[in-house]
Amino acid sequence: MLRSSEKFAVIFFLAGSLLVLASFMGIETSTYLMNLLGQIAAFSLLALSLDLIWGFCGILSLGHGLYFAIGGYLVAMHLVKVAFEKTGTPPDFMLFMGWEDLPAYYFGIESFAYLLFIVVLVTLSISLIFGYFSFRSRVTGVYFAIITQALVYMAMLFMFRNDTGFGGNNGMTGFSEIFGLNFRENKTATVLCGLSLAVLGLSLLGCKKLVDAPLGRFMRAVKEDESRLRFLGFDTVYVKLTAWCISAILAAIAGLLYVPQVGIINPRVLSPELSIEIAVWVAIGGRGSLVGAIFGAVVVSGLKFVLTGLVPELWPFILAILVVGIVIYLPNGFSDGAKVFSSTARRLVSAPHRKLQS
Amino acid sequence: MTKFDQAIYVSGLNVSFGAFSVLKNLSWLVNFGEVKGVIGPNGAGKTTLLDALTGKTEYQTGDIVVRGHHNIKDANEPAIARLGLGRKFQKPSIFSGLSVFENLEIALRSGKSILNSINQLTPDEQEKINETAILIGLSDCLGKDAGTLAHGQKQWLEIGMLIVANPAVLLLDEPVAGMNGEERTKTAALIDKLKGPEMAIVVVEHDMQFVETVCDSVTVLHDGQILVEGPMQAVKANQQVIDVYLGRDSENA
Repeated sequence: MLRSSEKFAVIFFLAGSLLVLASFMGIETSTYLMNLLGQIAAFSLLALSLDLIWGFCGILSLGHGLYFAIGGYLVAMHLVKVAFEKTGTPPDFMLFMGWEDLPAYYFGIESFAYLLFIVVLVTLSISLIFGYFSFRSRVTGVYFAIITQALVYMAMLFMFRNDTGFGGNNGMTGFSEIFGLNFRENKTATVLCGLSLAVLGLSLLGCKKLVDAPLGRFMRAVKEDESRLRFLGFDTVYVKLTAWCISAILAAIAGLLYVPQVGIINPRVLSPELSIEIAVWVAIGGRGSLVGAIFGAVVVSGLKFVLTGLVPELWPFILAILVVGIVIYLPNGFSDGAKVFSSTARRLVSAPHRKLQS
Repeated sequence: MTKFDQAIYVSGLNVSFGAFSVLKNLSWLVNFGEVKGVIGPNGAGKTTLLDALTGKTEYQTGDIVVRGHHNIKDANEPAIARLGLGRKFQKPSIFSGLSVFENLEIALRSGKSILNSINQLTPDEQEKINETAILIGLSDCLGKDAGTLAHGQKQWLEIGMLIVANPAVLLLDEPVAGMNGEERTKTAALIDKLKGPEMAIVVVEHDMQFVETVCDSVTVLHDGQILVEGPMQAVKANQQVIDVYLGRDSENA
């Protein structure tokens, strides 16, 4: 499955580029379908980011929603400011708070280039500080996972406050346009979906190159036996930190792609449930397989879209059964599936022979 | 460059866990060119001594000086390893999901700077890995996953991971545990080959015959202190050693 990563990366990239091209040629597409596909592509990127550190470096984060939300909130700030400047309608939270103007930290965020810069800067600062102190103190395993979860929860409580200028519990919405494309136009959904797919493809290719490079071998060595690596003279903090920061940035980009497609962000993205769900995608798809993680995100979030529409009250039970079943029967998720099926088939075929012999 | 004869110099070392004192005022010397055996009953402090030497365990008082002038008091594990102390653990610890070649590559790169670990391997480094693989008898399975190796091969791979980084001191904790006779002979031959004026080798082992074959001199630890030190022949004849340690074998037999 690993070897097919490049193939999938090219397919995602080409499909995404084609969609963008098609939209500019005026070809009409289903907005619902484009939206669905684009959101799943953003989730896939999020799963990929977690797989990079969990599957390859052995660091489980149950708080990756934090970085997803950083990307999401910053792009929402960009969209709110653009909408305010273009339409003159102030966002809801300004009305609630009785503010005349947006807070000072909205300065310059109407520029998309500045937005990208600030997303990388904020994500990198937070992931560097948090990662450095955790890894230097040798916090690992479940303890690390718990701290990441506490951090995302803290962020959620902060974002629920209404006086922060980030929309409070109502979140931010009422976006009008992105890159000059009006959200009411059919074209916009197609462009965003195509962009998400293309970015997913590029990220997949980049991750594949990374895990195959010498640095990737050190990541796997950290996962296998971190203390052995230390006794060989290697300070593992820096490898873990590099992987951690790259993963955080990918998660933030996923958030940046996701929010324009759903048209809203609120503190729910910071709930521990979403962060755990990311781990579920990766566990189901297969830790340590890049394509597997994407596959997990596609299958689970695809199922969620369909089933929460059909049988909303049953969805948590279906997800639970899926998780428990996978953990018991396929410890490496679907990427194990192929192996298990072939060995089961072999057992079935060879069983009669064994009976004859005994 | 000044040459130091002393590979490891330990003086007045005290290690205790709470009220329980494991090493008591231990002073010990290992010279370059020497293969030193460390024997003693379970709980004598053999592994704790290696733990203190490699930075795994903190020691309360005393000094450990490596290669004549590096006091390792406050150094962490990677820093000590980069001084040239390579340690093989009791349980083979290798990266089982990586290939034999990748294991050696990681080991070779680990001692170098972080930036060095990002570049591709130079032809010299490639050559060093191949030489090491031949030395440890694993040149035919470079592409194999290390986890699929036989137990003895895993032990050799771990030794190979140490020697590929050109260590000054090799600390081998039970290098022949779980090996059959033929594998033991091969391991003894390997240690013989590694022996040289610029290398000090410490072997912690319960297999007396093996210790006698490979070691120039033997330190007997008992209750956190050195009981006797000297060539194996003399140690074997020592009444104290027979009482606390070797005697047990004859009782069992």
